[in-house]
Amino acid sequence: MLTIDINKQLGDLDLQVNAQIPMQGICAVFGRSGAGKTSLVNILGGLSTPDNGQLTLGNSHLYHQQQKINLPPERRRIGYVFQEARLFPHYSVRGNLNYGNKDKDQVHFDTVVTLLGLNELLTRYPSTLSGGEKQRVAIGRALLTRPQMLLMDEPLAALDLPRKRELIPYLLKLAKNLNLPIIYVSHSLDEILQLADTMLVLDKGKVLVNGPLQEVWDSAEMRPWLPAKEQSSLLTATITDLNTSYRMSKLALADGTYLWINGLPLPVGSKLRVRIHANHVSLCLTRPQDSSIRNILPTKIIEIIHSQSSDNVQVKLAFGDDHIWANITPWACDDLALTVGQAVYAQIKGVSMTESELAQSF
Amino acid sequence: MLSDYEIAALLLSLKVSSVAVLFSLPFGIVCAWILARCEFPGKSLFDSLIHLPLVLPPVVIGYILLISMGRQGSIGALLYDWFGWSFSFSWRGAALAAAIVSFPLMVRAIRLSFESVDIRLEQAARTLGSNRLRVFFTITLPLTLPGIVSGMVLAFARSLGEFGSTITFVSNIPGETRTIPLAMYSFIQTPGAEHEAARLCVIAIIIAVLSLTASQWLARKAQQRVAA
Repeated sequence: MLTIDINKQLGDLDLQVNAQIPMQGICAVFGRSGAGKTSLVNILGGLSTPDNGQLTLGNSHLYHQQQKINLPPERRRIGYVFQEARLFPHYSVRGNLNYGNKDKDQVHFDTVVTLLGLNELLTRYPSTLSGGEKQRVAIGRALLTRPQMLLMDEPLAALDLPRKRELIPYLLKLAKNLNLPIIYVSHSLDEILQLADTMLVLDKGKVLVNGPLQEVWDSAEMRPWLPAKEQSSLLTATITDLNTSYRMSKLALADGTYLWINGLPLPVGSKLRVRIHANHVSLCLTRPQDSSIRNILPTKIIEIIHSQSSDNVQVKLAFGDDHIWANITPWACDDLALTVGQAVYAQIKGVSMTESELAQSF
Repeated sequence: MLSDYEIAALLLSLKVSSVAVLFSLPFGIVCAWILARCEFPGKSLFDSLIHLPLVLPPVVIGYILLISMGRQGSIGALLYDWFGWSFSFSWRGAALAAAIVSFPLMVRAIRLSFESVDIRLEQAARTLGSNRLRVFFTITLPLTLPGIVSGMVLAFARSLGEFGSTITFVSNIPGETRTIPLAMYSFIQTPGAEHEAARLCVIAIIIAVLSLTASQWLARKAQQRVAA
């Protein structure tokens, strides 16, 4: 567990972070630019010192103001991948990789090089690499120091879309194969959906919400961050059945409910993260008998938010331990006389869950 | 082709300048680093002090050296007592004078180079487990190399041309302190030696051209190594 409890005044921004981050999987740090994301990871990496507080990784203090502990970056064993790769121009790729590789373990070196596909690049110099290649070298260089944790500050932000697509599988492999906790700073919700297990939202230097991705995604604090068309719910599902004649996959959700999705190129048993847009969910008081919509879930209303800014009503629905959000019009809300605690049926346009909205996890 | 006299002056010039550059280089790097990276009260005074030889007349520097570093001088006497070093009227004194006069040029070039090194690369090196000292020798210094090379060349060229402080401090002794500029001065002072003076003038021009070419080649090599 990484325990953060620090304060730092940065110009107008008062960074006050108090959070616990599990030492496994990918934790996304999300926020607008200027929210203090980079300042926070710089403090974790030891590149800047907080005004007061403490930082504890496992059982050891990285920083403790009262005990006057402040480990320098080179003794924290925390890898750092920056937004710009920051490769050393006077070292070859091999030289860059070996810069922090103290134990010269050839097996580990080969593993990292293979994992990141760096074999062809070893003798080249950074000036001849593309952006994505540079970033892969930077990741490999950090991994070879055998860090106990990896910080990544928007490692994809400087790359164009094809390069991003190229790098994301490597990042997924990394978290999966190396069992290395990663703190991943991003302002891209798409990246976070694809990569993160937990999420910490920073706003104006304060932690808004912190926890498992699905919980954070469903939380009321997260609502204002998502524009109406982006408002969505995340569900974890397992493929339990395939209907070959219609090419539909049956996704089991919590509590015995399930969804049908078409055209998924995944076998039975695969685990998925499904994103359901709030605009694609409609509500019925009774179970519709003759609807073209295949996915109808019995749910209970647990929250109704009349938003002032936009002309819609956000309804939070519970089924089992899962939640989904529905966006409806105020008129519909009044006509149906919806109240908290009421049982309703949620109709989900299954076809709208196209592959790009299926953020694959695990 | 060259007379013994000319060869002696030429070799002496090269020896004095090389020694001046090599011995002032470590100090130059340290001073340049302090000026580029440190903030402290009195920094501008320190900066002015280092630049002083650039604006002071060389004769003044020669005079200051004479009264401080000469055998009877305050520092010179101590150095002689402790280490048996003597600068007065020897080529070592000429090298010291050349080093002091060319020091500002060297520091300026290296300082600019230090300032252009990306601190973010040094931070990255720290996160990769290197302490400050290793970062300095593996990242900062190699990236400063083009500046160090050009600083050395500038200082070397300035040392070759040094006249005023040398003749004031260590006089004009053939074979000991009579470098090319001093030898030329002697010929110009001697009636009927215009021909010898002209020959030395050509030699001086040739050395200058050669060292400029060499410096450009070196600087290009160094720049290629660190090109981002």
